[in-house]
Amino acid sequence: MTENAQMLPRMFRLAGVVSETPRVRRFVFDGDLPADAGQFVMAWLPGVDEKPFSIMDDRPLTLAIANVGPFTAAFHALHLGDRVGIRGPFGRGFRLLPGRLLLIAGGYGAAPLYAVARRARQAGQGVSVVVGARTGADLLLAAAFAALGCDVHPCTDDGSAGACMLADAAAAQVLDRAAHAGLYACGPGPMLDAIERLARRRRLPAQLSREATMRCGIGVCGSCTCGDQLVCRDGPVFDAQL
Amino acid sequence: MAGIQQPPDLSVNLCGVRLPNPLVLASGILGTTAPLLERVARCGAGAVTTKSIGPTPRAGHRNPTVLNWGPGLINAVGLANPGVEEAVAMVAEAKSRLRPLGVTLIASIFADAVEGFANVAQRVCAAGPDLLEVNISCPNVATEFGRPFALDPAAAAEVTRAVRAVCDRPLLVKLSPNVNDIVAIGRAVINAGADGLTAINTVGPGMVIDVETGWPILANRTGGVSGPAIRPIAVRCVYDLSAALGCPIVGVGGVGAGRDVVEMLMAGATAVGVGSAVIDGGPGRYGVLRDELAAFMAARGYVAPDNLRGLAHRRKAQRT
Repeated sequence: MTENAQMLPRMFRLAGVVSETPRVRRFVFDGDLPADAGQFVMAWLPGVDEKPFSIMDDRPLTLAIANVGPFTAAFHALHLGDRVGIRGPFGRGFRLLPGRLLLIAGGYGAAPLYAVARRARQAGQGVSVVVGARTGADLLLAAAFAALGCDVHPCTDDGSAGACMLADAAAAQVLDRAAHAGLYACGPGPMLDAIERLARRRRLPAQLSREATMRCGIGVCGSCTCGDQLVCRDGPVFDAQL
Repeated sequence: MAGIQQPPDLSVNLCGVRLPNPLVLASGILGTTAPLLERVARCGAGAVTTKSIGPTPRAGHRNPTVLNWGPGLINAVGLANPGVEEAVAMVAEAKSRLRPLGVTLIASIFADAVEGFANVAQRVCAAGPDLLEVNISCPNVATEFGRPFALDPAAAAEVTRAVRAVCDRPLLVKLSPNVNDIVAIGRAVINAGADGLTAINTVGPGMVIDVETGWPILANRTGGVSGPAIRPIAVRCVYDLSAALGCPIVGVGGVGAGRDVVEMLMAGATAVGVGSAVIDGGPGRYGVLRDELAAFMAARGYVAPDNLRGLAHRRKAQRT
């Protein structure tokens, strides 16, 4: 946890909204929240609910949120200038290794990997990104990664865009073509398991960003367990077991 | 060799159960799954208490449910739990993981009616915990459950009698500090068959308001206050209960450092619960506290926690 994390919610105002996919919007707030790539915030809509979201960018604070339920629907209904309470940043983020990095973004998992890509590109590192989705329209932040100068490899389940294959298969192909120092993954659980197996086979370090239902977000309530680990405090980024 | 001292033996006897040290994971903190309970045990706790188990699955309140307001925490989680049917498997698994470690398992239960307490107690006891802790004092469900049983001696006694009748394990009842006379509640509960008391649950209800918007931050609006801010209240409750009743007490409330553990023991506690303090250092905090207690005792020549227990009662002002 960052030493000067906001423990009581700090109110930010919505400064910009960008539609990324039919279901996902990028929400840009009116202030910075310095954080490590891979950390998350607890976002509070007063009178509605409070849920965890990985930080897409920290200066200014930017979250990518999919409309998948009542809370995120309320988020999507916000207007510019509306206030959102932010606690955080919390959690253990990604460690940037030197060298060329391979990022694997599955489904809604692209947001924290954008934070990795921005920092790595700023440091002059090569970055390959596999962006996976069910169908082409749902490929998330592919253009944003490309704008950073990453090599983007889209793949879809139905073949409507990019390669017709799962993200871990696409990642294996990227590894076949060039050496990479490590893997960084965020996406559905089965995808993370597949990336962990791939990393083991290729003897490469991998860092996986997991998600869990959360209540406190600060390591006390035990709501977000994954085995004996607390996703909010020991994670959300975990080193793959090699 | 000169100068080598025996390390203090930190073990204590709580209602006939041996704890390797007096530190207890407090209910409501971390104890939601068997692997996590085992982790806390490996980190140095002498006993671990499960999250409170109730008769039916509860989703709890919407978020925000827990806040760190600085001098402590405030929470209204709302007794979220999977219900007794699912939880008994967790208790049994936790016991099998803890047995080889020699760490004690305390199962916490609650219900909204006397019959519910007995029903849950019976089923949880069958899963094999070392002690049962009866949570009559959670403040966060008053609108559903009415006044907590802990606020009325007769109601508290009735729950205790019902659980006693179906449970052969050592029985602790967890008391609320939010009463005029905690000793009256404690006395009623001990007379009704409890083997010991856990004191205290959270203080309050309290509230934190966001001053930008005017919104009370917790979704439940109010919540129970814990952490360092409440420690003097907890110490006084333990002192009063110990002086009046002389029964085994798990003293809990705001303990975060070795000197706080000593303070609780001096107030009359047999074991010392720690919860909110994990905010700083995670499960490893239990080992840190155990080592701080051992260092305190070694430096001052206390050979066992029993030497500390109730010391404050033996300090009487001189008549002038």
